[in-house]
Amino acid sequence: MPLFYSFHFYLFGLIAVASAIAFVTRRSPVAAALWLVITMFALAALYVMLDAHFIGVIQVLVYAGAIMVVFLFVVMLLNLGQPTELADVRSRRGRLAAGAIGVALAAQLLTVLRGRIPVLPPDPVVPANAIAPVAENLFTDNLLAFEITSILLLVAIVGAVVLAKPGRAREDASVVAGGVPGESRRGREAGA
Amino acid sequence: MIAEALFFSGILFAIGVIGVLTRRNAIIVFMCVELMLNAVNLSFVAFSRMHGVAGQTFVVFVMTVAAAEAAVGLAIIIAVFRHRQTVNLDRLDLLKG
Repeated sequence: MPLFYSFHFYLFGLIAVASAIAFVTRRSPVAAALWLVITMFALAALYVMLDAHFIGVIQVLVYAGAIMVVFLFVVMLLNLGQPTELADVRSRRGRLAAGAIGVALAAQLLTVLRGRIPVLPPDPVVPANAIAPVAENLFTDNLLAFEITSILLLVAIVGAVVLAKPGRAREDASVVAGGVPGESRRGREAGA
Repeated sequence: MIAEALFFSGILFAIGVIGVLTRRNAIIVFMCVELMLNAVNLSFVAFSRMHGVAGQTFVVFVMTVAAAEAAVGLAIIIAVFRHRQTVNLDRLDLLKG
């Protein structure tokens, strides 16, 4: 393994981990989303270094390009950019417990990945054409799953439009305004 | 390099879990879930280096599901925000009884 390759592999891996840590510790949602974009770019570089060129490209296009833009769009649409408004990081005790759970999970995962899964030597034959093997697998062995994916996307589009449509929510809001908000109901139960 | 990729994948997944457990903002929790999906994708790609190209096909499917999930989930968050004027997960306790 050439030193140049190893150096850059570790570099991009460390960038991914460091920006992921920055992502979970930022209070502002916009800053967090931008750190997550950096993580995704570093992961795309790792995919390319693992000879998955096509996956690297669609990682940048779909994840960093499309999905994160939708996230940022919603953050700004709901005007959640000010970190002072929401105390969304849990208390010190909650953070310590979560950190302990996370470290335990990481230790378990790393033990399993080190010990239990045999690491074969990588396939020495790297195809010159990066996309053709993926396409062959996708459109022959997994053709049915690929077609079902289109139905999944259709359902997602319809579901997103129905959920985000304003009409129903306004009715619900009027019901809440004139009817039984959660607090008063809880108070009645406590009184009874 | 495959062992190192699996190492980074495990670390990223654990960071995503910590994020889900420590944050209350629904959108950030959702982004942490995306980070966990990305970590799984990394191990898929690493395994596809050993076992053939089927792992990359799986990554394509995972990305499709992630995109659909992002669309539906963010629509739900918008509907909830319109309803309750907050995305703080501790205040969305309607199903708690």
